[in-house]
Amino acid sequence: MNILFKNARLIDPEAGTEDLGWLLVKDRMIAARGAGDTTQNAERVIDCAEACLAPGLVDIGVKIGEPGERHKESFRSAGAAAAAGGVTTIVTRADTTPPIDTPETLEFVRRRAQDASPVRILPMAALTKCREGREMTELGFLLDAGAVAFSDGDLVLRDSKVLSRCMVYARSLGALIVGHPQDPILSEGAAVTSGKFASLKGLPAVSPMAERMGLERDLALVEMTGVAYHADQISTAQSLPALRRAKEAGLNVTAGISIHHLTLNEFDVGDYRTFFKVKPPLRAEEDRVAMVEALREGLIDIICSMHTPQDEESKRLPYEAAASGAVGLETLLPAALRLHHGAGLSLADLFKALSLNPARRFNVPGGSLAEGAVADLILFDPNRPFVLDRFALHSKSKNTPFDGARLQGMVLASFVNGQCIYERNAS
Amino acid sequence: MSFRQNHLLGIETLAPDEIVTILDLADRYAELERGDNKHGDALKGLTQINMFFEASTRTQASFELAGKRLGADVMNMAMAASSLKKGETLIDTALTLNAMHPDLLVVRHPHSGAVNLLAEKVNCAVLNAGDGKHEHPTQALLDALTIRRAKGRLHRLNIAICGDIAHSRVARSNILLLGKMENRIRLIGPPTLMPAGVSEWGVEMYDDMQAGLAGCDVVMMLRLQKERMDGAFIPSEREYYHRFGLDAEKLSAAKDDAIVMHPGPMNRGVEIDGNIADDINRSVIQEQVEMGVAVRMAAMDLLAQNLRARRAEKGAQA
Repeated sequence: MNILFKNARLIDPEAGTEDLGWLLVKDRMIAARGAGDTTQNAERVIDCAEACLAPGLVDIGVKIGEPGERHKESFRSAGAAAAAGGVTTIVTRADTTPPIDTPETLEFVRRRAQDASPVRILPMAALTKCREGREMTELGFLLDAGAVAFSDGDLVLRDSKVLSRCMVYARSLGALIVGHPQDPILSEGAAVTSGKFASLKGLPAVSPMAERMGLERDLALVEMTGVAYHADQISTAQSLPALRRAKEAGLNVTAGISIHHLTLNEFDVGDYRTFFKVKPPLRAEEDRVAMVEALREGLIDIICSMHTPQDEESKRLPYEAAASGAVGLETLLPAALRLHHGAGLSLADLFKALSLNPARRFNVPGGSLAEGAVADLILFDPNRPFVLDRFALHSKSKNTPFDGARLQGMVLASFVNGQCIYERNAS
Repeated sequence: MSFRQNHLLGIETLAPDEIVTILDLADRYAELERGDNKHGDALKGLTQINMFFEASTRTQASFELAGKRLGADVMNMAMAASSLKKGETLIDTALTLNAMHPDLLVVRHPHSGAVNLLAEKVNCAVLNAGDGKHEHPTQALLDALTIRRAKGRLHRLNIAICGDIAHSRVARSNILLLGKMENRIRLIGPPTLMPAGVSEWGVEMYDDMQAGLAGCDVVMMLRLQKERMDGAFIPSEREYYHRFGLDAEKLSAAKDDAIVMHPGPMNRGVEIDGNIADDINRSVIQEQVEMGVAVRMAAMDLLAQNLRARRAEKGAQA
């Protein structure tokens, strides 16, 4: 079906513009666009009433509970959450049970995802077998089977020799490695970031320096091997000089951050609220501010949700015993818009980090409003306020740190391949 | 009455006037305890359950005696050997106990914040008997009472807290309480046993005993918490004793009438010289134990009054 969007604010992260205009979708592609009004017509004409039309979000590092933990999140529930949250492409993590470390498991995931989810789901595969950090997985076969990147998730590869071999091998295939920069020994057992707050609450803590140590090790190996490397989450100011040096030296390096580390800080944990327990732990306010600035100048490339569903049982425990992680598919956009409303980031810059950069870095469709690009689009009102009710989320797990939060910005409709997959009721 | 709490989870939420209320009542109970008839009836008809997820002799005995002297039915549950081993979660244990209608729940748990979590799930008064490395409020209150009785006041004193601050919930509660009462607090210990960010707590820090103890009115020693350490924090016990163990020489830096305190159990010859611990002119360690029972009687009495008032209000509404 052909769709004509009229009277829309076109958020174009490539051009860095957000002008009023129109956009025509034909045969699953963006066929034409222009400023102002148009005489074009289509089977369906949507008057956007000056709402924003942007490329759909591309969310890297989403955990889906299949296989192994379907009670926490299935492809169906994650797909519904993504559609409602304006995420049109999900790149999944390999830390499932069993992990996605063989072409067969990867094949299963791809098939299940295609059947059950309206949004694109593309898997990452584990870097080492069983994510144990000893032997590399069949990187070549996994790449052929459709793995978009390789990562052991938050299990840091302790053996630098194994990691360097993985990198050398991955480089020959042109594969992307996603690292979790963290010194595994310093951060062992930590539940919060060390400092006054952690000490007052008596919680096991890790120094922010552990992230820089992990990053420096990984970057040295990247320099040695020349592999393409993406740091999944950079969250402390101490890491930024190393990242800047690597980029200036021309290493093939990018960095991401979760939306939680951009909008929350360690004090949000308050009286042991386990929904705020994430990995790495929330940081000091000075770090959060430094991360927003790093995003603004492009040092940090990608914002993700680090969607990690956990059921009530794994969260209703004493803080240090509780599971880490927060769901984020549906809150990614409204939380990111806090950076627009509060910190003055332009919508085009925001969508660079939410959509264009991740699509390019992981070589997946989306992220563009250019003619000829796939029609993965979202229509949203950046200003509409609401109070989040966690039980209204589509995810099976409701572990969001934004429960009861006042947020601004609402997805009105989502499109994948030019097909409408979500439409908000007119209420 | 100026005591507005439903639970006693920590010193953090107490206001200075509430601390004074507890101490004043505890003073009266201390007199009662020294008489021939040790019985009061403030907790008559109430059920007190002591849940200790961590082994304890002294604190548990103190709470048990306090409850019995005020007429409560007291039950001890050694949780370390119990359902937790069978995989039951803390919440389920709490709900099970709640169904038995306790009025006072005394809880010790190895995880910081666990007692707060439990207090959200039960409808009785909860007392924190120590949670992880977080708080141990009744210990801080009994220390405060001991200081007030020995020094005649609980403000404008120079107080040194020495040793393993990082692993100590006693230190945290004491720093909070003594800070609220406007004392000058010094922390003395090796830097490996100082918690991160401690410089922001409004205390002074020393890694030299004699410098830190100079002019102090009160010397609080802490136990080296070997069980809470996950690695080597000090080179050896003998080096620790040499540098940070309290002996007559180091104590001479403090005021002549400075008192010596220790929450127990002591490691003699590690953090404190046995002779100092037994010196009846300096050590108030035995009095601390005595005041422990009195403070716990007072805290449970006050919480029970509030509990009864809440229930009466509920009854009147229904």
